Amino acid sequence: MAVRTGGVRGAALEIDAVTKRFGAFVAVDDLTLDVPSGAFFALLGPSGCGKTTTLRMVAGLERPSAGTVSLAGRDVTHAPAHRRPVNTVFQSYALFPHLTVLENVAFGLRRRRARDVRARALEALELVELVHLAHRRPSQLSGGQQQRVALARAVVNRPALLLLDEPLGALDLKLRRQMQLELKRIQAEVGITFVHVTHDQEEAMTMADTVAVMNHGRIEQLGAPADLYEHPRTAFVANFLGQSNLVAGTVVETLDAGTTLGVDVAGVRVRVPAARTVAAGPRVLVGVRPEKIRLLGGTEDAAGGDNVLGPGTVVDTSFAGVSTQYQVAVDGLGTFGVFAQNVGGATVHPPGSRVHLAWAAPFTFALDGHEEVAAGTVDLDDEP
Amino acid sequence: MSVATALQRPGGAPGAAAGRPAPPGGAGSGHRRLIVPGVLYLLVFFVLPVGVLLATSFYARVPGGELGEFEPALRWQNYPEALAQFWPQLLRSFGFAAAATVAALLVGYPMAYVIAVRARGRPALQGLLVVLVVAPFFTSFILRTIAWKQILSDDGRVVGALRWLHVLPPDGRLSATSAAVVVGLTYSFLPFMVLPLFASLERLDPRLLEAGADLYATPLTTFRRVTLPLSAPGVVAGTLLTFIPAVGDYVNSSLLGNNTTTVMIGQVVDARFFRVLDYPTAAALSVVLMVSILVLVTAYVRRAGTEELV
Repeated sequence: MAVRTGGVRGAALEIDAVTKRFGAFVAVDDLTLDVPSGAFFALLGPSGCGKTTTLRMVAGLERPSAGTVSLAGRDVTHAPAHRRPVNTVFQSYALFPHLTVLENVAFGLRRRRARDVRARALEALELVELVHLAHRRPSQLSGGQQQRVALARAVVNRPALLLLDEPLGALDLKLRRQMQLELKRIQAEVGITFVHVTHDQEEAMTMADTVAVMNHGRIEQLGAPADLYEHPRTAFVANFLGQSNLVAGTVVETLDAGTTLGVDVAGVRVRVPAARTVAAGPRVLVGVRPEKIRLLGGTEDAAGGDNVLGPGTVVDTSFAGVSTQYQVAVDGLGTFGVFAQNVGGATVHPPGSRVHLAWAAPFTFALDGHEEVAAGTVDLDDEP
Repeated sequence: MSVATALQRPGGAPGAAAGRPAPPGGAGSGHRRLIVPGVLYLLVFFVLPVGVLLATSFYARVPGGELGEFEPALRWQNYPEALAQFWPQLLRSFGFAAAATVAALLVGYPMAYVIAVRARGRPALQGLLVVLVVAPFFTSFILRTIAWKQILSDDGRVVGALRWLHVLPPDGRLSATSAAVVVGLTYSFLPFMVLPLFASLERLDPRLLEAGADLYATPLTTFRRVTLPLSAPGVVAGTLLTFIPAVGDYVNSSLLGNNTTTVMIGQVVDARFFRVLDYPTAAALSVVLMVSILVLVTAYVRRAGTEELV
C-alpha cells in the first residue's frame, strides 16, 4: 500500500466530521480539524474531552463511528495502524521491555526493512542524547530517559505525522520544561507534523504554534496560543487557558462610533472593545486576565480610560518570585485574581488592605452572558 | 552429611552444639526454620527413595536364586544391558512427549491468550474459563483416559469423520496407535501448559501491542516480536510441566496404545518392577530417565535464557 511509504515530510492531517461513540457515550462529537503540513499542533483539554480518542483514531488504534481521517490528502479512515505513516509517542511510553534501547528504536525500521537500521537508530538516539545507553533495557532507564527513547523510536521512522499523547505527563516539572524545549528543537530539525495531546495549558501554549481547545468531544476554539489567550471566545477557553476573572454585566450603550461597548457591571460602567465581544445579546460576561489588573491603594488614582472596579479587600497575598498573586474580594462582585509583577518599588498589599482594581479598557473582553462563569476552571479532582 | 546435622543446620545455633562454630550471618535463623518441614519431607520421600533406587540399579541376581531374588552389588552392566534392550522405548517416550508438548503448546497458547488477553476486564468470564481448564482434574485421570479410548474407537464419530474427510483411509483407525497415545498425553497435560501461559500472558500490556501496530508491525509480526517473547517464561514453564511428566507417563500408552509399537518407558519400568520382578533393570531405566530429563531440561532452560527475560 502506498500510504506505507512514509518519509513524506510533514503531511497535512484532515479530520472531517469525525464522531466516535463508545456505547451511548459520545467521546468525539462531529469533529472537523485541519492540521497544516509541518505544524506543531496541540489538542488541549481536560481529561475525558476526547483528545486522546481523536489521536487514537488518527493513529489507527480506534475506528471512527462516522467521518473520515485523511493524511496528505489520502483517506486513511479504514487503514490499519501498521499501514499508516504515523508514529506515536505513548503516554506510558510502551517501550518493549524485552528489547534493548537500540532495538526498541530500530523496531519500526526493521518492520519496514529499511537500510542501515543500526546506523539510523543510533543517529536517532544521538538526537535524544542517549547513545551511551543503547544497550540497556528500558527498565534500567529513568522516566525521562524512557520518554526520550519513546521519542527516538517514533522520530527515527520519519513519519509524515508524529502523535504525542501526553508524553511529558509522567515527568517532573523541571524535566518537563527541558523536554518541551527539546521537542520543539527536534520538530524544527526534522520538519515532521506534530500533533500533541495535553491537558497542560502551559505546555500547549509554549510548544504548539496552533492550539485547539477541546471540551466534551468538540473543539471550543482554535488558534495561535497568544490569540487564544487574548481573545477567548468561550468561558471554557477563558478559564482553561490561563485564568480569567469573569463577571456578569449588561451592555447598555455603544461608544466611540461603535468600537466600544459600555457595560454595566453591578452599577459600575466598564468599557469593552466591540472587537473583543462575542455576545449577541445584552447579557455578557465581562472578562479580564489577572496580570492585566493593577491594584490601587487608597491614595492612588486610575489612569484616564481605565476600567475601575471596587473597592475590595485583599484576602490573600502569595509571593511567587516573579510575581505576587492576590485574591481580592470585590464588594458585591466576588473574588478576583490579580498578578502583580515584582518590579522594583512595587507596593505590596497585605491581606486586609482595601484596594480598587484598574486595568486598561482595551484588555477587557466580553463573552456570551448565558455561559457558566466557572466553565473550564481547573478542578483538582479532575486531573489524572 | 548425616541426617542429624542436616536437621540441625537450618536452626543455626544447634550447629555449635555439634561442636562447630555457628556460621557467620546466621542471624535470621527464624526464617530458615520454615524450610525444615519441606526439607524433612523431601529427605524421607525423595532423597531416600532415590538413593534406594540408585542402589537397586546395581543389584545382581543371586546365583541359583528364585525369580526376583537379588543381592546388593555394584553390577554396572545393568545399565548397558537395560539400554541395549529398551532404547527404542526410551527414545519413543521422548518422541511422544515432545510431540504431545508441541501439540499442547499449539492448542494451549490460543486458549491461554483468549483467557488472559481477550477476556481481560471481565473477571467473571475469566474465572469461569480458568475453572474449565482445571475442571478435568475433578475426575479421575484413569477415567478420563478410558473416555478417550471410547472417543477414538474404530466405530466412533471421530474416526468416522476423519475417514469421511479422507484424513484416514477407509480402514484407518486411531485406537491402539501412536497418534492415540500422543493425543491422550496432550489432553492429560494440557492444563499444565495453559496455566503458566495464562499467568505470563495475563501480565502482557496491551499497549505494547498497540505500539507494535504503530511501528508498522502486522498483527502476526507483533505476535512474533512482542507477544511471544514476552510470554517466553510461560512457554518455558508450560513446556517443562508438560514434557517432564509426559516422558514418564505409562497410563496413556497402556490404555490408548498397543503393546508393541507404542510402548513407552514408563510401561517398561512398570512391567519390569511388577511383572517380571527384574528390579535392577527397572531401577536402571528409571535412573536413565531421570538423568536424561535433567540434562535435557538444563540444556533447554539454558538455551531459552529465562533469566534474560523480564
